[in-house]
Amino acid sequence: MLSGLLDVALLDSVMRALIPILLAALGGMICERAGVFQISLEGLMLIGAFAAVAGSFAVGSALVGVLTAAVAGALVSLVLAYGTVTRGGDAIVLGVAINLLALGLTSFLIAQLFGVRGVFQDPGIVGLQRFAIPVLSDLPIVGSALFRLTPIATLALLLVPVLWVWLFRSASGTRLRGVGERPEAAATLGVNPVRTKYLAVAASGVLAGLAGAQLSLGNVVQFSENMSSGRGWIAVVAVLLGRAHPVGVLGACLLFGVAEGIGFRLQGQGLPSQITDALPFVVTLIALAVARRRFKRVLELTAA
Amino acid sequence: MSADPRAPERPSGNELELRGITKRYPGVVANDRVDLTVRSGEIHAIVGENGAGKTTLMSILYGLIPPDEGEIRLGGEVHRFASPRDAIDAGLGMVHQAFKLFPSLTVAENVVYGDEPRRRGLVDRAKARRDVAAIAAEYGLSVDPARRVEDLPVGVLQRVEIIKALYRDARILILDEPTAVLTPQERDALFVVLERLRERGHTIVFITHKLGEVLALSDRVTVLRDGRAVAELVTAQTDEHEITHHMTGREVALTQRPAERTPGEIRLEVRGLRVEQGDGPPLLDGVDLEVGAGEVLGIAAIAGNGQNELVESLVGLRTPDAGRVVVDGQDITTDTVAARRRAGVAYIPEDRHRVGTAGAASTRDNLLMSYQRESRFQRRRWLDRGAVDEHATRLIDGYRIRVAGLATPVGTLSGGNLQKIVVAREVEHDPGVLIAEQPTRGVDVGAIEFIHERLVEVRDAGAAVLLISAELWELRALSTRIVVLFEGRLVGTFDPRTTDEQTLGLAMTGASQASGAGPGAHR
Repeated sequence: MLSGLLDVALLDSVMRALIPILLAALGGMICERAGVFQISLEGLMLIGAFAAVAGSFAVGSALVGVLTAAVAGALVSLVLAYGTVTRGGDAIVLGVAINLLALGLTSFLIAQLFGVRGVFQDPGIVGLQRFAIPVLSDLPIVGSALFRLTPIATLALLLVPVLWVWLFRSASGTRLRGVGERPEAAATLGVNPVRTKYLAVAASGVLAGLAGAQLSLGNVVQFSENMSSGRGWIAVVAVLLGRAHPVGVLGACLLFGVAEGIGFRLQGQGLPSQITDALPFVVTLIALAVARRRFKRVLELTAA
Repeated sequence: MSADPRAPERPSGNELELRGITKRYPGVVANDRVDLTVRSGEIHAIVGENGAGKTTLMSILYGLIPPDEGEIRLGGEVHRFASPRDAIDAGLGMVHQAFKLFPSLTVAENVVYGDEPRRRGLVDRAKARRDVAAIAAEYGLSVDPARRVEDLPVGVLQRVEIIKALYRDARILILDEPTAVLTPQERDALFVVLERLRERGHTIVFITHKLGEVLALSDRVTVLRDGRAVAELVTAQTDEHEITHHMTGREVALTQRPAERTPGEIRLEVRGLRVEQGDGPPLLDGVDLEVGAGEVLGIAAIAGNGQNELVESLVGLRTPDAGRVVVDGQDITTDTVAARRRAGVAYIPEDRHRVGTAGAASTRDNLLMSYQRESRFQRRRWLDRGAVDEHATRLIDGYRIRVAGLATPVGTLSGGNLQKIVVAREVEHDPGVLIAEQPTRGVDVGAIEFIHERLVEVRDAGAAVLLISAELWELRALSTRIVVLFEGRLVGTFDPRTTDEQTLGLAMTGASQASGAGPGAHR
């Protein structure tokens, strides 16, 4: 049975599950490092998914859809930045509010703009093309799964090493970490914590928006109500579990991606979908229990 | 300390001038037309009581807050600092009282933060480390640039702060209460560094309220009182008495001699107290103490030698692994904090912010805390607001606590006022045993005098007082006896009248290590 589980198709479904979570989690990681607890990834991803479909359908271009998603994610995330950084509000309360708003707003807009309920599907929506990296994509088994991807997915994978180097070796990355740790110390050295935090939150909005675009223009070509379906929450957990480190975050996202991929496969073998859909969340629960202390510590750090 | 190199003649000129600096806050003028003149290459002390406006003045100078009026001149030129960045660019460096460091970054990363050397778009970490090592070597500030800041002791952190300023080519170095958190040894090392900086032509502005340090180190002194600069003195031509007079506007007597009468019956008795720590040696190893009525027992110890564990065991924040604590014949070793307080134990904790008060709670509530169940504060089992307010008002007046109103959260108060709230609450209820832990740390000379007077009153009323202090002069001024705690054991008992600070300092380092250099004396 196991040999039947591990094959090209499984790897492919793992990648499909992995990419949106990874993008959102990398955004959350940047916020975490800047000292803003980013819990609105779910809502931003959903907004991104909707905006991507709307943009693509309106202009007939996948690129426009992706850009719309990034801009929409960034704009909505600024609500969080304004509320927490400028006004000193509670990031958790605001984040949850954004998530609820995103769910309601997209459900409302899909009916208003497209006159449908639940799912909007149309040949006019241009999806993202996968492109193959020459030579590498011809490798057996991993070739097609890892090197035949949408541009967004390729970007997500490239961002892991890029953000790693940026966070720990570049001046701006080090400054961001400093702002997250001791904003008042950064201020005395001429680094503006408010500006840094705004940029970090906006970056997470862009990345979560792109994650949404991957969902609605990459994994499928349609928008359905609540199509992020908890992936943003899993991304929040991945940030904490991965200790806000790019490699750690990738590892945590892989864990969830594999869980979802296996769940998908088990469903194909006859298990009820209610059980298999729950698999990633069961993994989340276990991961949270294992990382409970760390979770608490991170919360304390960001609350301080 | 080395011989005093206070040079009379300097390549003079005024490095820094503040003219007519005024800053008003609602209801208070923090700085009222303050003038300050600092000459090139001098160490200039700024002294004043808490709330005299020292920190406001320095924040204005460093561009953290804008003044309402007045101007800042550097080398004769008028500057306007909109942010610390402007002040840094103009050659100012500030070592804040609470260090502004990033715990998870290395020393080198902390130093270059905001002004990083770069190579191919990334931080040139090798160059950063070299630069830091070079500055450290030049000024005798020994640090390892590759260490993470969170792993370093306070004295080293301060060196990192100084290196930060020097890395940014600060000609003028401002230090806000630099010795408040240092051990005597670290303080001596800092003074050597500051003198070396002065030799190299740096100008140093040194904010403090410890007069011994002013006299030991500075060339000139500016005294602030109630937001105004009331005196500018040449250190060599003044003394502690004159400075204190300017600071407080009155005569202050800081030497309380111990009571001459012999202590009465034993009120606090500690027998064989033992506190273990995991694998290491015990934190307290069989401590025996007796404190009688009308006696102040001083405990001298370098931080981390068991004094915290001793205090925690006495007040009920920790259960000792062995031994007994007896108050007025009653064994309280396993009693709750509340039961101990009912038995007459009062506690002035070292950390007035976290332990001594609740910052977000009102002044009224902080003064009431732990007495709220007493019948005089209750009416039909509810708090009697009138009685509570009357109590708070009486203490605020009696202790000259400067606070806007009963509802003011105490977190907004200055250190001296906050400490008076703690002392008022603990002393007011006629304790049988008073445990005073660093009762005057970080408060000004006026408040020190006031708190000392209260401690003496408690003593004379027949209480047993246990005084833990890092200030040896304070222990000598107040104690009937001084015991030295070293690595969890009592290693000696001294008579404060016949023991000098060197002897105590030596005993505090442990007899076996006494051959090395003892801590110097600055007083």
